[in-house]
Amino acid sequence: MKTFGGPVLFLDRSDINTDEIIPAKYLTEITKEDLKPYILEDLKLPGFDPNGPKTKNARVIVSRANFGCGSSREHAPWVFEVNGITAVIAESFARIFRQNMFNCGMAAIELPKADLDQIFTHAGHDDAAMSIDIEAGTLTMSGGGKNKTFSFEISPFDKALVLAGGWVDFADQKY
Amino acid sequence: MGKTTAEKIFDAHLVNEPFPGTKVLRLDAVLCHEITTPIAIDDLIRRGKDRVFDPTKIKAVIDHVTPSKDTKTATQAKILRDWARRHDIKDFFDIGANGVCHALVPERGFIRPGYTVIMGDSHTCTHGAFGAFAAGIGTTDLEVGILKGVCAFRQPKTIKFNVTGTLPKGVYAKDVILHIIGKIGVNGATDRVMEFHGSTIDNMTMESRMTLCNMAIEAGGTSGICQPDMTTVDYLWPFIQGDFAGKEAALADYSQWRADADAEYDQTIEIDVTVMEPTVTFGYKPDQVKTISEIAGTPLDQIYIGSCTNGRIEDLRIAAQILKGHKLAPNVRGILSPATPKIQQQAMHEGLIDIFMEAGFCVTNPTCGACLGMSNGVLAEGEVCASTTNRNFMGRMGKGGMVHLMSPATAAASAIEGKIADPRKYL
Repeated sequence: MKTFGGPVLFLDRSDINTDEIIPAKYLTEITKEDLKPYILEDLKLPGFDPNGPKTKNARVIVSRANFGCGSSREHAPWVFEVNGITAVIAESFARIFRQNMFNCGMAAIELPKADLDQIFTHAGHDDAAMSIDIEAGTLTMSGGGKNKTFSFEISPFDKALVLAGGWVDFADQKY
Repeated sequence: MGKTTAEKIFDAHLVNEPFPGTKVLRLDAVLCHEITTPIAIDDLIRRGKDRVFDPTKIKAVIDHVTPSKDTKTATQAKILRDWARRHDIKDFFDIGANGVCHALVPERGFIRPGYTVIMGDSHTCTHGAFGAFAAGIGTTDLEVGILKGVCAFRQPKTIKFNVTGTLPKGVYAKDVILHIIGKIGVNGATDRVMEFHGSTIDNMTMESRMTLCNMAIEAGGTSGICQPDMTTVDYLWPFIQGDFAGKEAALADYSQWRADADAEYDQTIEIDVTVMEPTVTFGYKPDQVKTISEIAGTPLDQIYIGSCTNGRIEDLRIAAQILKGHKLAPNVRGILSPATPKIQQQAMHEGLIDIFMEAGFCVTNPTCGACLGMSNGVLAEGEVCASTTNRNFMGRMGKGGMVHLMSPATAAASAIEGKIADPRKYL
């Protein structure tokens, strides 16, 4: 199965929306790969640079509540995927974004605010990284010489989608 | 124990429950537009599965950028057009017949009470106005919907909104939904259906109910749902008169989808509209709302009237009533995009288009265009737009632009004054 983990990009704000993740004007691109340069282009956060090395190197995004709200555009998970980011950890997700992630075989993982607060203490560490074990339901945050493991739950269906690599093949076999 | 409308629809459409908490539903309508569908079509071709489950249940429209503005949008339109022809999808709406999907599809009578509806578009929740379960989904869910006619959902909980009272002067469905979103927040209804009840809703037209349900997603809601009643039957009657002996029979049938009196809700929220004022957003999230008295006077550059939220005939009538005999203030430009060709024609016959044009508005063809900053009214950096649309995210109508969401009445009053203005003095 797909492995999840690597350097973490911290986006410390709630309600990061799909238009910030990928502006609508790029929805005319026909291939996912064409979306790559435009990741998080309209997101304005102190210290965040959509073209900076932290964005380029990231494999995991950590954010706050209601991540991915707004449009149904699957271009939001796709722009993450083509940039190598295959997991988002947040306090909560907008429904459509969350399902789009799992439908693509990627992971949208919810953690309680207290756990996220601990994870965000690593935001200043250049070596901040996470490893995620979907089957075990655990993730380990490391950085600055420290590491800590957290447990999470995803629905059995979403877990099956990640393990199957997405919804289309799964559905075509069953329905 | 009784059931909510969504629970009744889920039970009637259940294919199976592949895992605890996940329900796969049979779909009555799969709606497609040219932005989110072409990638699904390409993927089906690539997988050797270029099929559709039932061409009569698929409705397709080119609406986001139409007529096409460049090679890329022309290619998206072509992929959808070729696919619709290849699979004999009769309900395909191209240039000349096309309009904003969530206005066009109901206008054609395609949505009925009790239906399950999906589309690769977050404002699909609009169709819940008919007592349907209608949810926006992504391209992968759409792809499976096209191929298999099913979609997987978590069983949503339902929040009941009991909306009561007579709408005060200058207050419309748009103000009510902005008020509700302001009250519960942008994730106040995530994984929830927003079921609307009460005397205010009972007295609303279908157009107003669509405005209300349209913005359920802005509170995170899976679907907005209104209770089917005689207003629903009257709206659908031209399409269903062959199916029923009379309107009472249709109402009796559709009433099966009304929530039971003893249905169990996650939450019940009382909304008294009599205390409401015209309501406008101020920030970059739809739950950041102020009353008109708090925000009047904010300078503007553009007025936009249109979209799946407020581009219907009743919206144009209200705006025209205010604009009649007035001109746009010299510091602003105005754009009107009627949501469908039928609405545009009706507005012409009623003289509404004349009123807009004499006020100085540019009247465009029906399209989503400016609402999401794709065409026909994109903002420049630093510009501010008074808009009857549904989303005020940063950059939504153009990079660096600012959007204030409001009713058509407030937008019309703001057009006259060149700044956010109270519509009540013009009514």
